[in-house]
Amino acid sequence: MRRLILLIALPVLAALIVGFAVVQYGPGLVHEQQAGDNGEITIGGPFALTDPTGHSVTAHDFNGRWMLVYFGYTHCPDVCPTTLNTIALALAKLPAATRARIAPVFITVDPERDTPKLMGDYARAFDPQITGLSGTQAAIGAAEHEYHVYAQKHPIKGDPGDYEMDHSSVIYVMKPDGSFDTVLSDTMTPEDMAKQLKGLAA
Amino acid sequence: MRTSTLALLLTVLPALALAAAPTRIDRPWARATAPGQDTGVVYATLLSPAGDRLISVASPACAMAMLHENVVTGRMTAMRPLDAGLALPPGQPVRLAPGGIHIMLMGLKQPLVAGGHVPLALTFAQAGTLTVSVPIEPLGAAGPAP
Repeated sequence: MRRLILLIALPVLAALIVGFAVVQYGPGLVHEQQAGDNGEITIGGPFALTDPTGHSVTAHDFNGRWMLVYFGYTHCPDVCPTTLNTIALALAKLPAATRARIAPVFITVDPERDTPKLMGDYARAFDPQITGLSGTQAAIGAAEHEYHVYAQKHPIKGDPGDYEMDHSSVIYVMKPDGSFDTVLSDTMTPEDMAKQLKGLAA
Repeated sequence: MRTSTLALLLTVLPALALAAAPTRIDRPWARATAPGQDTGVVYATLLSPAGDRLISVASPACAMAMLHENVVTGRMTAMRPLDAGLALPPGQPVRLAPGGIHIMLMGLKQPLVAGGHVPLALTFAQAGTLTVSVPIEPLGAAGPAP
C-alpha cells in the first residue's frame, strides 16, 4: 500500500516541481536551452512581420539603428501605454542625432485583434518614430519565440469571449548589427531611459 | 466631574468626526486613448479616514468597468481583477497608478479625448456609491494635471 502511494505520489510531486520551475523560471530555462556554443544567450532574430502599410518587414530593415523591441497589445489599458509613454518621453529628451539612430518597435502579442494598420496608428500616437508591427499568428509566434516572449490569453471573468493577454513586459535593446545588447525595465523613468539610450546610441 | 466630561468629549469628538469624514476620491485622471484603442484606464488616490472598501466600479462610457491589479512575476506582467475589492485602511491613502492598481474601462463607446471628462461611479462598502467626473489627460501623461 505504501509503495502504491509512493508510485502515485512521486510522479505527481515531480510534475509539480517541474511545473513550478517552469512557471517561476520559465524564461530563464528557455534561455539556457537556446544558449549558443559559446554559452551566450541568443535573443532576437530575423523576424518577418507586417508594417502598418501592409508591407512585410524584417529585423534586417532596422539594421544600422538601435532597435528597441517591446511586445504588447492595444487592448492593454495600463502597462503597455505606460511603457510606450516612457519610450516616447525618453526619445523627446534625446538630441536629434541620437534619436535618429534609435528605432523603437512595438510588436503585438494579440494578432487576432491587432491588425497592422491598428498597430501602426496606435504606436504612432505615442511618438511618430515608434513602428507598430503585426502579422499572422505564425509570424507573431515566431517573433515571440526569437525574443523568448511569453504571451498567453487570459479570459475576462463576466465577459465571455473577451480576453486580456499575460505577457513578458521588458524592452529589448538590439545593436545596429541586429544582435542583442540589453533589456530595459518597463518601470524605468523616462529620464533614466534617455540617459541609458544616450550612452548607447551617442 | 465637569472636567472629566470635557476630557471625555475632547477624546471622543475628534474620533467621531474622523469616523464621520467621508471616503474621498482624490485627483482622479484618465489617460486619453490612442487610435483604435477601445480600452481606457482611470487612476486616483482613495482615502477613507475611518476605513472603507472599494467594492465595484461602473461607467456609462463603457461596456464594463473593472478594478484591476497588475501582477508582475519576473519579467511577466498580468492583469488580474480584484474580486474582493480594494481595502482602504483608516487614514491611509491608497494610490491607483500606472503599473499597479487601476480601473479598466472595457469596450469604450467612444475614444477618450484629452481635455474631456469621463463619468465614473465607485461603490464603497461604507460610503456607498460616489460619482466623479474624471478629467482625461493627454496620452503622454504620467499622472494627473498639477
